[in-house]
Amino acid sequence: MAAPEPTHEPAGIARRRRSDVHTISLYVNNKPGVLVRVALVFSRRGYNIESLVVSPAAEGDFSRMTITCSGDPATLEQIIKQLHKLVDVVHATDHTEHDAYETEIALVKLQASLHERTEILQVAENFGAKVTDYGSESMMLRVYGSSEKLDAFIALLRPYGLRELVRSGKILMVRGLQET
Amino acid sequence: MAGRIPTGAEKLVQFLEREGVEYIFGLSGGAAIPIFDALVDSKIKLILVRHEQGATHMADGYARATGRPGVVLVTSGPGATNTVTGLLTALMDSAPLVVITGQTNTGNLGKDAFQEADVTGITYPVVKHSYLVKRSADIPRVLREAFHIATTGRPGPVLVDIPKDVSSGPCDAPFVDSVDLPGYVVPGHAERASLEAAAELLGQAQRPLLYVGHGAVISAAGKAVIQLAEKLRAPIVNTLLGKGAADETHPLHLGMMGMHGTAYANKAVIHCDLIMAIGARWDDRVTGKVDEFCAKAKKIHLDIDPAEFNKVIRPDVSLVGDARLVLEDLIPLVEPTDTTAWLKQCDAWRRQYPLKYPKRGGLRAQHVLDRLHHLTEGRAVITADVGQHQMWAAQFCKTTANRHWITSGGAGTMGFGWPAAIGAKFGRPEAEVWAVVGDGGFQMTMAELATAAVHKVAAKCLIINNNYLGMVRQWQELFYENRLSGVDLEGNPDFVKLAEAYGIKALRISRPGDVDRKLKEARAHDAGPVVVVAEVIKEDNVFPMIPAGAPVSHMIVDPPKHRLEKPVGST
Ligand SMILES: Cc1ncc(C[n+]2csc(CCOP(=O)(O)OP(=O)(O)O)c2C)c(N)n1
Ligand SMILES: [Mg+2]
Repeated sequence: MAAPEPTHEPAGIARRRRSDVHTISLYVNNKPGVLVRVALVFSRRGYNIESLVVSPAAEGDFSRMTITCSGDPATLEQIIKQLHKLVDVVHATDHTEHDAYETEIALVKLQASLHERTEILQVAENFGAKVTDYGSESMMLRVYGSSEKLDAFIALLRPYGLRELVRSGKILMVRGLQET
Repeated sequence: MAGRIPTGAEKLVQFLEREGVEYIFGLSGGAAIPIFDALVDSKIKLILVRHEQGATHMADGYARATGRPGVVLVTSGPGATNTVTGLLTALMDSAPLVVITGQTNTGNLGKDAFQEADVTGITYPVVKHSYLVKRSADIPRVLREAFHIATTGRPGPVLVDIPKDVSSGPCDAPFVDSVDLPGYVVPGHAERASLEAAAELLGQAQRPLLYVGHGAVISAAGKAVIQLAEKLRAPIVNTLLGKGAADETHPLHLGMMGMHGTAYANKAVIHCDLIMAIGARWDDRVTGKVDEFCAKAKKIHLDIDPAEFNKVIRPDVSLVGDARLVLEDLIPLVEPTDTTAWLKQCDAWRRQYPLKYPKRGGLRAQHVLDRLHHLTEGRAVITADVGQHQMWAAQFCKTTANRHWITSGGAGTMGFGWPAAIGAKFGRPEAEVWAVVGDGGFQMTMAELATAAVHKVAAKCLIINNNYLGMVRQWQELFYENRLSGVDLEGNPDFVKLAEAYGIKALRISRPGDVDRKLKEARAHDAGPVVVVAEVIKEDNVFPMIPAGAPVSHMIVDPPKHRLEKPVGST
């Protein structure tokens, strides 16, 4: 088993360069069908949605969507405009360049023998991860932070028998009083 | 029945009456019966079609001829799926439709009930917006929103799917007069700064050109277009759908541009140093190869839909708003420049490259359409189907007034022309309405002969019968070594007999010498529909032509003597 590389090179699906990934925030009507309409704007133009988080907004019958996606940058402007055009979308903003706080949560299940756990717990401590289940055959960790940090964390744990991975997808909020 | 709570269907019909809807185009079925039932006692006239696609095109023709929304009512499942082509056609050309579909009971949704189809799901990509109404009480609000969305901003089709229990259940919700749509903005006037920037560019241009599209038709911007053109002394060209926004016979007008536009219009496009799009979207039929399209010219883009900016072309100045309002604001800001040399050049092209066709060799569509234009003095409302006949009609039937030219541009839907003419005639009974259709496209919706016959709709149907899917045959001849594949319409009926079987007056034009007499006879017939079948020569081609995907400068003005390269454009 090769030791994890010293650089925090993300593994697997997350290996895509983070700079090609755009984060779009949407403020939408909380209605059936909105998600499909939004998804169709992306799929029609060959854009891949990497993650999508939907949750109720602070007030009224609205939802907040945070979408990370990747694809041809020239198409992104069209996508944002087409999202705007949807009657159910109140606003759509590309936050890729904005000063925003971003975070994501991951749950990781490891099939780790007891003698490997000291190393795992060291990694966990370094990343501020919490042990949420500790059994004789497996353990579960919860970590949150930037998507890059999660990529690195997962890459380090992969050699220890990564059984399951669930990531929440990125959420984001613009700093200061400006609306996201 | 005083005090009785109306059903959802009754409420819906009352709403349509309040909205001033005159006609509903539709075809019934189980899930829509409550709505058809409510129509029995209504003053709204139900026009029973023979196929739901016909209903959508009739409503579309009605909408484009009048500027008022067209209303369609069909049943669930296959009734609803039959409207998909009509929805696409309306969406691509920004036509205001409200399509009401019956649906299975709410309790059966998703259970593969009889004639259940996920209609909102199937139609998401072809509607401006849509609703699945879950409660009878929502009907007044949903309908209010549907009409608002269909008719404002960039118009388009809105679908309202109504389960049977929702239309038959009680609805005592009041009518609403306003909408609460925080995600829906309707642009009006443009920002001052962009108006000034546009005026400055226009003032610097020596060879300005106004490129007018369907947006100018929709906003009735024609007068303002002419005013701007006259103030700048700039020539005008229009797209296929922009025909009629500004009178094509105006001295500054060079007619239609693009793939089969006039050579002089396209020459002006190639040589202008500023092009201003007015309610037009740089469609590939217009630009050809985008990189080379007006590469050195400044570009101003006026559109009500900001998503059109930077989609195909990056304009130097973009103006978001209603074409008429923006032009009216812009005109006082522009200062005319001296364009004498430019106009002289355009006129020289006009003389050098007139639209022409051979006068011998049998009956030609161009001759028939040229005569139709002259006999009607350009005052008829013309709906065209899709194909060679459409392009010849666009070339030879100059459009002199707004909403006098109706055709499926964006979708290129064969089968549109004839039902659209029926709808247009319902909307404009005083107008002389002519459908110009091909033998291929006509057969896609010819069942609506019955609809026209029953209602004595005095629309006229001119079938350009070349016994071919002519436009495709033209491509195969020019670009595929004349290897004809799937274009021969052998088995065509005798269209005269066919019309007569419906009790419709029908005339045949077989020789050039028949043209005027038969067209006059058809014009004089106002008691109901009339079909005129022009048996034209089989192998004629439309020119000028810009091969798909080629730069405008590669325009072919005369029939080529050698084989042409396969076009790079997809269609
Ligand atoms: C529904 C549909 N199917 C296919 C086409 C492709 N198509 C474009 S023009 C054309 C030929 C039309 O033939 P016809 O109606 O006879 O008109 P013509 O070109 O002969 O004047 C075809 C098949 C289309 N535009 N629409
Ligand atoms: Mg034909």
